[in-house]
Order: sequence, then C-alpha cells, then structure tokens
Amino acid sequence: MQEYSLLVGGKAGEGINTAGLSIAGLFSRLGYHVYMYFDYPSLIRGGHNFAIIRAADEPIGAHRTGVDVLLALDRKTIETHKERIGGKTTVIYDSSQVGEERGYGLPLDEIIREEKAPPITRNTAMLGALSRVAGIDRAILEDVIRATVPEKHLDSNLRVAARGYNGVEGVFSVRPLDAPKLPVLTGNEATGLGLVYGGLDTYVAYPMTPSSGVLHFLAGRADDLRVRVVHPENEISVILMALGLAYAGERAAVGTSGGGFCLMTEGLSFAGMSEIPVTIVLAQRPGPSTGVPTHTAQSDLHFALNAGQGEFPRLVVAPGDPHEACAWSATALMLSWRYQVPAIILIDKTLAEGAYSFDLDASTPPRDHEPVLRDGGEEYRRYRRSEDGVSPLAFPGTEGVTVKANSYAHDETGFTTEKAEDVGALQEKLLRKARGLKTELGGYKTVKTYGAPESSKTIICWGSQKWVCIEAAAEVGARVVQPVVLAPFPVEAWSEAIAGASEVVCVENNATGQFARLLREYGFDPGTSILKYDGRPFAVDELTARLEGVFV
Amino acid sequence: MTPDRSAAGLITPAQNTWCPGCGNFSIQHMMRSAIAEISEEEGVPIERFVLLGGIGCHGKLMDYLNVNSLYTIHGRSVPAATGIRLANPDLRVICHVGDGDIYAEGLDHLIFAAKRNTDITVIVHDNRVYGLTTGQYTPTSPTGFRGRSTPRGVVEHPINPLEVMLAAGATYIARGYTRKTRHLKEIFKEAIMHRGFSFVEVLQICATYSNLTDYYDARVYEIQDGDLNTARFESAIQKIREWDYDRDAPIAIGTFYSVERPVYEESFGVPRAGLEERRNRVRRLVEDWR
Repeated sequence: MQEYSLLVGGKAGEGINTAGLSIAGLFSRLGYHVYMYFDYPSLIRGGHNFAIIRAADEPIGAHRTGVDVLLALDRKTIETHKERIGGKTTVIYDSSQVGEERGYGLPLDEIIREEKAPPITRNTAMLGALSRVAGIDRAILEDVIRATVPEKHLDSNLRVAARGYNGVEGVFSVRPLDAPKLPVLTGNEATGLGLVYGGLDTYVAYPMTPSSGVLHFLAGRADDLRVRVVHPENEISVILMALGLAYAGERAAVGTSGGGFCLMTEGLSFAGMSEIPVTIVLAQRPGPSTGVPTHTAQSDLHFALNAGQGEFPRLVVAPGDPHEACAWSATALMLSWRYQVPAIILIDKTLAEGAYSFDLDASTPPRDHEPVLRDGGEEYRRYRRSEDGVSPLAFPGTEGVTVKANSYAHDETGFTTEKAEDVGALQEKLLRKARGLKTELGGYKTVKTYGAPESSKTIICWGSQKWVCIEAAAEVGARVVQPVVLAPFPVEAWSEAIAGASEVVCVENNATGQFARLLREYGFDPGTSILKYDGRPFAVDELTARLEGVFV
Repeated sequence: MTPDRSAAGLITPAQNTWCPGCGNFSIQHMMRSAIAEISEEEGVPIERFVLLGGIGCHGKLMDYLNVNSLYTIHGRSVPAATGIRLANPDLRVICHVGDGDIYAEGLDHLIFAAKRNTDITVIVHDNRVYGLTTGQYTPTSPTGFRGRSTPRGVVEHPINPLEVMLAAGATYIARGYTRKTRHLKEIFKEAIMHRGFSFVEVLQICATYSNLTDYYDARVYEIQDGDLNTARFESAIQKIREWDYDRDAPIAIGTFYSVERPVYEESFGVPRAGLEERRNRVRRLVEDWR
C-alpha cells in the first residue's frame, strides 16, 4: 500500500480542523483515499488541537502513530508528538513560535505581516510548504485553496501559500493516482445524508458533542435538502417534539450523546408503547457523566440496548464508517416507520467527527420500506391487532378518522386499559413486531466479514473500530467479523460468520468489554478482549502490537 | 374511531373514572361544546382538532372525548404539541395539562412554547393538588398546605402561573373557573381561535383532596369590559398580580392579555419536497461536495 501520514497541530482557534480537511483535500484531488482523525480538548481558545491525515491508494479508516510530515504551529505540537517523529519525518514549524528545530522553519508572523494576511492564514502557509515537501503540483494546491477560502480572502491566502511553498524544498513525491477524486465526509455528515435519503422531514436536536455535527450540517443545508431543523430547549423536548411530528405524519430524527440520551429515555419508552416511530442518532463519548466530552468511547452499547422502562422492540445499528452510516441511517429510519419502533444509530466520536473518503456510488442504495398505512374500509383503530403486530397508520386531519395514541397500556382503539387480557395482548403485539423486524433483517447483511477467510484467527469488533481492525488483521493474518445490527441481535448470521473461529479476540473502545458481554448473553464465545478506554481510538500499529500479544 | 359530529357524539363510550363532583367534568363538557361550536361556526372539521394530555386526572380526558388525541407522559405534552403543529399547520392543537404536570414536571416546555409563540392552546386543570398520586402539594398549592408529603404544611410560596406566562411571552392569557361553565366555554373558544400561544389557567375543584368550592365562590369575579387593557403588558400584569395564589384577595377570571405576534411554525420557510426529490438533492450535494 502506498500511504502517507501527516499531522498538523496548534492551538484551538487556529483552524486545525480546517487545515486538516484542506490537507485531506490535497490528497483526495490526487486520487487517494483519505482518513482524518481530529483530536481536540473541550475549550474554545488555546489548548492543543491536532489532526492526523492519512492518505493511501486503497480504502482506509484509521490512523498510524508515526507520521511522514509534521506541521507544527506551536512548540507544544513538537513536544506532544515526539513519539510520532521518526528518522524520515519532515518537520515544518512556525519559527516565530517554536525557535530553532530540526526541519524547516517558516517565520509565519513575518509572512502574514508582510502579506497583510489574517492570522488564520498561517495554516495556508503550512499547506503551501507541505505541497512543496510532498512534491504536489502548485495548481492542485491553489485549487484546494480556491475551494475552501471565501473570495475576499483568496488573494492573501494564495500569496501566503506561495511563501510557504517557496520557503521549503522538495523531500518526496506523491504520485497522482488514476482514481476518482472522492469527497471527504465526516460520519456525522454521512449520517445526516442517510437520514434524508431515508425520508427525513425534520431533524430535532439539542447541541451535544460529538453529535452536534449532524445538527450543524443539516441546519446549514436545510434549504438544499428540503428538511426542517429544530433546536429546542433540551433533549426531553427534542424527543417529544419528534414524536409529535411523527404522530402527525412527519418523519423525524433526533441526535445526541450519552447525557442527552439519558434525558430522552422516558420519550424512548413512550415511543415504544405508543408505537410512534423515531430515529435516534446516539454518538458516544467517554462517560460516566460529563466524562471526556471531545473524545471517544464505545461504552453506551448496553445503555442503547436497554434504555427505557418496560419491554419493547427497538432497532439498534452500529455503522463502522460513513458508507455504513449513510446506508444504515436511511434503513433505520425506514424500518422504524415500517415496524413503528424506535431506531437507534449508535456511533461514536471516532466515526462522527472523523473524516473519510466517501463514494456514494460504491454502496448499493438501501432497500425501500414503506409504512403500513390505513386503506379505508372498516372503522379505524390505531392499534388494530394484526398478524405481524403492525397496525395501519393514519394521521390526525384524515377525514372520518379519530387517531388515539397512548402512553398507557391501551386497547385497539387507543383507550387506556388495565384489563389483564388487554395488557397481555398489547405486550404480545409488541413481541410480534420484534419477530417481524428480526425476520426482515434476515434479508440484510447484518454481520460482515473481512480479511483472510480461512484464518483461524478472528478479530471481532463493532462500530468505528472496523477499519483499524481490518488493517491490523491484514498484518497478523486474521479475519474480521463485524455486526452492523446489534438489536434485534442477528443470532443466525453471527453463528455463520463466526463458524470455524478458534483463536478469537474482541476489540472495543471501552473498559468492560460490552460487546463481548452481549455475545455471552447469546451463548457465543467472545474470546479475549482487547480494550482501550483512554478516550482515544486505536492506531493501526498500536492494535497490531496488542494483537501480536494475544495471537501466538 | 370514527368522529361523530354531534356534540353528544364527541363523548366516547370509555368508562369515566373521575370522582363525583370533580371539576374535570365541567372542563370536559365545555371543551366538547367549544370544539363542536368552533367546528360549526368556523367550518373546522372535527378531524382537525388534536388533544394532548399529560399524566394526572386531567389526562383521562383523552379517553373521554372522541377527538384525535395523543396521551403523552408526565409534563411533556407541550413539546409534542409543538411537533404536531409543525407537521400540520391545519390542525387545532389543544394541550390539557395538570398543575403538577406542567408547573412542576414540565415548566421548561411551557415557558419555551410561550417564548416561541407556537400556535397551540394550553388548558391547565389547576386543582392545586396531586390527585392521582393521592394528595401532595403542587407549585400552586398555598403556603401551609398540608399534603401527604408535607404533613407539617408547605413552606414554599406558590407561583403565579399567569405572571410566569406573561413574562415568558405568551400572547394570550386567561383564567376560568370550573363552576362558571358558560364563561369557561367562551374562554376556551377565544383561546383556540387565538393565533399564537394561548394559555388558559382553570381553577378546578378537586372534590377529594382540596375542595376550594366555597373559597372560590366567595372571591371569583368576571373581568368586565373596561377593567383592563388586554393589549398592554402593564395593564395585564397589574390585574394578574391582584391575587397571588397565596394571600386572600378577589380572584379575577376572564382574559388578561391578548396580542398578536409572529407564529413560530411559520418561521420555517423550507419548501416541501417528495422523497425522490430529496434523494436527488442528496446525490447532488455529494457530487458538488465543497
């Protein structure tokens, strides 16, 4: 694999994320697949932000520890990332901040003063320097700048970029590939697009890292995508508003992280009982409580599976990259309406805020599902009992129909009941829906496998750890098994996928092995857990070393 | 169910379980009449009315009226109502809520609905006590109220919900009394027809845990034309502060405030689109990405 890793670091407020995306854009234009990990603390100015951009001639979705180029806007970047600097690493630094170092120093204060450019253009100087070091054509550099910089700042940015370009020398040469230039999307953006593809009318959310990217993206593109975006007073209101929208016939989705999801659980249970569809994007971050807001974890798996009082069916999907996020967000929303159940799209900071090359044409479009609607005839009863438990929907405003939805145990009409036979029948209706949903999912690729098919070494992972596992598996000669659907759990598909595995490890970004615990519940052996719970995702080399310690 | 357009047909066959003498009966019958009359007079089909209930004695109304209903959870009907109104502006959305329900559990939602001026009507069944959970104090119980959770008497002062609503930006504020039924019905109709957020506080008798019939009968009076200027904040606040739910004072019922402001739902100018058009827009957005 032809690959390059680059790091850009500096203080919050210096536009490190944007700089990272511009670097990703450079490589993308050369036909490379890119992945960007963005690491930042929970503050607005100061601190230390960095982005690691990796580009390769095949699909990737994980970073490595070492880098080929390190772009340091401050001294802290060099000090913090010493372990990433090797003999072949080219260091480019702001000599007005760092002083003398090995590598190329650029006097950025002087450059922006002389070019009368705003301070944020320090990044552009670095981008120019990187292009020269990596042997990237200046036309491509300028193309990337034109695509990201507003017209009125374009000239100063181009001048600053030229100063960076001319301030260093060529070190290596990135070969342009004969491959399409793919757009680079975050998991949040892909999730938002998937929801719209699945029929979203309104997105409702209260800001919470790392889910806010969906809110910002859809709010920014609301007119383009013909969706409505609402930001109410809190997460309780968020889910209730979504349920009101859905009761009246609009397809609504909400987004949050663990703390906000805590507030949504009474609404989730209400959705389960009243059979009003709702789709929830749950982007995990490390807890307990406020935890580590801008970092990553996979520690809300059992919370997502079990949240809400009482017993009701739900769909929980855990996409592993933006392609799966897009496809499964669409599917989750459609299935939520088809079976009138809540659907949860369980992602995490690594996927939500990570940026990946995205190829819409590479994935098959998700299958369509229509809700079961009233077709006239006999007197309407919102909770009419049916063989598969799904009652035809009608919405208020429909002539000749009264729609009664209820959070209490209810009869077929929707009247509150405490009668034993009604309460039992209601619960059985919900169970029939769960069975129907499970059967439906049998037609989907709910468990995916990658890597050496005949290997006895098997790596189990879920969600964002998919790509790091695929790459590490290649290095240790293992195969990877990844469930995309977590509830209803795809028992048969899992049995087939795991058949023949003798040496098994289960890789997760949590402290207790939550997916391993789920597997045990279904009678499967999860093998040895490899866990990481410091708020950071695995790097490929880091995971490989951990795997080598287990696979003998 | 199938709607029945006669006033009698608006009552469902569900068995009524309110206590004899409960103030909820007046609210039920006056709301039924208000809906039937608006339907007749304004040509609004019964199917376009939606009732929402929280949890408490008031919520049982959802089962008793043959009108679209969303029987929600404790304190949460107001955001659900906002969602319904957003989805379909042709609907007349009426939240029935209790005093524990909305002033304790769901006060944030009430304040924000008023702040937004979402076009819904909120009817508070304020009996100033928790009924279904058998007699605890609520945010409007008077100081000293002895409930099962406060056997030595409440030490807090009650809130004046009308004052809270005026401060929050409600564009219609009224109070009724369950023993002044015709007056109550007229207020319901005025509130439902008001464009924007309408708040109706109903002083409701609780026959079992807090029977204030004699207290209210001696103090309640109807606001007369010329008593105040309902278009002026200062005039409204003065009348609203006449009685603070605690000290002894005359208790005014009627409309305190009624003004026009832009309606929240109408601020969303996004044109509607079908699924295929949206999907094409998704594809185009990815193709033209940044």
